[in-house]
Amino acid sequence: MSGFLVSTKINGDAFQFACPSEETLLDSLRNRVGLTGVKEGCGTGDCGACSITLDGSLVCSCLVLAAEADGREIGTVEGLSDGMKLHPLQEKFIEHAALQCGICTPGFLISAKALLEKNPKPSEKEIRYALAGNLCRCTGYDKIVRAVQAAAKEMRKK
Amino acid sequence: MSHDTSYTKQKFKLIGSRVNRPDGIDKVTGRARYGADASAPGQLVGKVLRSPHAHALIKKIDTTKAEKLPGVKAVITSADMPDLTGGNRSMLDILENCMARGRALYDGHAVAAVAAVDEQTARQALKLIKVTYKRLPHVTDVDKAMLPGAPVIHDWVFTSGVDPKPEKASNVVQRNQFGHGDVEAGFAEADVIVEKTFKTEQTHQGYIEPHACLATVGPDGHGDLWVTTQGHFHFRQVCAALIGMDVAKLKVTSSEIGGGFGGKTHVWMEPVALVLAREANRPVKLVMSREEVFKATGPTSSTSVDVKIGAKKNGTITAAAAELRYQGGAFPGIWGMLGAMTSFACYDLKNVQSVGYDVICNRPKVAAYRAPSAPMAAFGIESTMDLVAEEIGMDPVKFRIKNAAKEGTQASYGPVYGPIGIGPTLKAAQNHPHMKAKLRKNQGRGMACGFWFNFGGQTCTDLNIGVDGTVSLAVGTVDVGGSRASLGLIAAEELGIEYEQVKVHIADTASLGHNDTTEGSRGTFSSGMATIFAARDAKDELCQRAAKMWDIPVSAVAWKEGKAVAKGKRHNNLAPLTLKEIAAKSPNTGGPIAGHNEVVADGAGVSFASHICDVEVDPETGATKVIRYTVVQDAGKAIHPDYVEGQFQGGAAQGIGWALNEEYIYGDDGLLQNAGFLDYRIPVCSDLPFIDTEILEIPNPNHPYGIRGVGETSIVPPLAAIGNAVSNAVGVRMTHVPMSPPRILKALDEAGV
Amino acid sequence: MLKVGFTGALRSSVNGHAQVDAQASTIRELLSGLVQRYPDLAEHVDQGIAVALDGEIYRDDWSKPIPDGSAVFLLPRIQGG
Ligand code: FES
Ligand code: FES
Repeated sequence: MSGFLVSTKINGDAFQFACPSEETLLDSLRNRVGLTGVKEGCGTGDCGACSITLDGSLVCSCLVLAAEADGREIGTVEGLSDGMKLHPLQEKFIEHAALQCGICTPGFLISAKALLEKNPKPSEKEIRYALAGNLCRCTGYDKIVRAVQAAAKEMRKK
Repeated sequence: MSHDTSYTKQKFKLIGSRVNRPDGIDKVTGRARYGADASAPGQLVGKVLRSPHAHALIKKIDTTKAEKLPGVKAVITSADMPDLTGGNRSMLDILENCMARGRALYDGHAVAAVAAVDEQTARQALKLIKVTYKRLPHVTDVDKAMLPGAPVIHDWVFTSGVDPKPEKASNVVQRNQFGHGDVEAGFAEADVIVEKTFKTEQTHQGYIEPHACLATVGPDGHGDLWVTTQGHFHFRQVCAALIGMDVAKLKVTSSEIGGGFGGKTHVWMEPVALVLAREANRPVKLVMSREEVFKATGPTSSTSVDVKIGAKKNGTITAAAAELRYQGGAFPGIWGMLGAMTSFACYDLKNVQSVGYDVICNRPKVAAYRAPSAPMAAFGIESTMDLVAEEIGMDPVKFRIKNAAKEGTQASYGPVYGPIGIGPTLKAAQNHPHMKAKLRKNQGRGMACGFWFNFGGQTCTDLNIGVDGTVSLAVGTVDVGGSRASLGLIAAEELGIEYEQVKVHIADTASLGHNDTTEGSRGTFSSGMATIFAARDAKDELCQRAAKMWDIPVSAVAWKEGKAVAKGKRHNNLAPLTLKEIAAKSPNTGGPIAGHNEVVADGAGVSFASHICDVEVDPETGATKVIRYTVVQDAGKAIHPDYVEGQFQGGAAQGIGWALNEEYIYGDDGLLQNAGFLDYRIPVCSDLPFIDTEILEIPNPNHPYGIRGVGETSIVPPLAAIGNAVSNAVGVRMTHVPMSPPRILKALDEAGV
Repeated sequence: MLKVGFTGALRSSVNGHAQVDAQASTIRELLSGLVQRYPDLAEHVDQGIAVALDGEIYRDDWSKPIPDGSAVFLLPRIQGG
């Protein structure tokens, strides 16, 4: 295997792994790092289930080569909570029943977090457009939007 | 065992509250394990080679090069999956759909499969398999497939349900007729008759999680299958039969499931994974790509439907008739029959007739999609209902209320209804503020009704009480949308304990008796029923144990609000014993305390919904935006209202996608042109408004808590509701779904608007 | 005495009758009696059949008692999503 040794920081911890040069970051994260919270819905950048942050910006990990992550910081759903304490978005998603099957949830949480970091007080429309890259087939998005609104409110209190 | 399942008015403490779901934390932290998230030591990567042709003879498959590639551990074709079905044609169909047998029947049909040490090697091995095809004529359109000159896909299909029996094979599997009265006489009485033809295109359930499984089969014939499925017991049965395993030796565990909507009620590639694992003697993980999901797993039928409805000026329908032609993919199905059964189910009709045809085409085998077949029929019927109302100058809601089915009505599909909810949902829709809201330019409002049967079925549940007084509930119906929360509520309610004391698990096939698939809106209805009886069973045992602890006869013990109480004057000095106290002493009073139940949960109760929808259509581009949407549906009793609303909203959103955008596009070459989420566009967050819901609770007389299934009906009305809204907005009747911008512009053009 | 209705493809297996009279106290009795009279029905019963009793559909519970005078309908077995 002609491959790469990739050195990254994942959810705050340094991590190294080796992978073939054509492997996507999504496959590496799932199969080599063991972070299966990052989901594959399409593999072509159309569903957002594989959303992560790379040096703080939101990307679809299925569209990034693992080798590109060398020397960079990765954030996944596994790193959202602070130890035992859930992130307000995680709390509100549960409270508002914003998930049914939950396969889309990791991607939505990462996208919503990226939105709220940039815009702590988004309108309904802004939320809907910011999350338009994430597909959910179960909920019709109603409760997802409400959960994000509630989390935004909660986060502004702090 | 027989139980009294009839509804008893009961005051609830917990039922109806919005508690947090037990699997919530796992799902927001990424810990929940779905189909593709499991791995086993030494596992191989499985991959499937698929037909690039719509219809072709497979003359030869040469796998020698692939087999020689280092790292390849198994290569299989249909020759490795012999027919063990003993003449059972529908089982053979499943096998043949998993792996083509001499003929590729659609673009994407599996023809060979490999297992290799890694992804790269598996891919390379697929490239090394040489298949020699001879292309055959194909047909993908339902109406064309019925024409006399159409290429006949199976020489063993002779239309059933026609007299005399045909002597020549055709693509028409069966003709099913339902109805009663005399439609000809009915039409003769009508003041107004409207006749129209409607078309709907094929859509996919579109669950975000692709099919995935991890299969192991040892040389001793024991196997393990971890799989994303709506029915692991069904999968066990089918897989074991198809590949020649003993049912008890195959353990199937259902992973967390990332959406199914009917598409995961069928076996698609799991037998292939098991055979690969058996050949390689190593675990094999097989995960479909999105393209494979679109090309080779269950879409819903495309249809073509003729509707004719006649009415008197006063609004009474005198006769209604429909002919429904459903494309079922490459194998026989029952979809046209279901369409014919559901079509007029909302109405009280003296003369009604519906005829359904099931038709084979060179497309993937159709699977159930949430209330299968009902949305397309409703599109035709509910659109025509609006047209008739318009002709006689009556408000469309009033017109429907006037003709709505009620208790005692003979349904168009045969039986006579008990207490049903169509009237109440229509009245609630009529009185909803949405109906009175102002519309602006280019906007239109539409409404429509929908019906679905709902099922119950075989169910088995175990309830175990730990020594610390917590309860673990093992159920066998896969949780597709939050049913664990509802079942936890039911167990806690019945035992009189806190919801937090109950943990609900989905048990594997080795741990519980057979459970039917989670389909037909049965999950909460039937497992709810089994949970109630299992809890009652446990309560009897708890009373026995309390009697022992007190040393009094069990007849003097009753269960009240989570406690055993001693009855009668002689015992009234005894303080009640809590479940926790009894559980703590269980090792000395007879061992573990458990409740168990197996039941055929029949009598699920039919379900009705009425939807209202406002759209705005841009006359320049033909683009439609849904600006307001309201769902009114009967739930019998909403155990956890959040998840009932979730079902209503999710179904409506899928219906909106179907109505406006989603469709399988086939080229003249019979190949699918849009097998991906980029070109097959499902609604995204910015496409939709909030979806309002109104839950009606008309208790189901056949369930102790009055529950009806809620999962499916919500997808039935949207096609028609949006069709009516768009037609009202643009002033031209829309008859072809999806109403995509080009189709709307074309309709406007043709009408000279 | 029961009046048993037939719909869809089932009708052709009972010589085209829309309705026949039968005597039975459970679904099991009803089906076995009918299959004796109309052998063509056996195939449908094997493939799965649903019985509607007073409007409620039963797919599996053949021990279900049928009250005298009930409206009974035999339907092809149906599938959900
Ligand atoms: S898996 Fe990356 S966007 Fe769908
Ligand atoms: S909850 Fe199932 S896809 Fe979003």
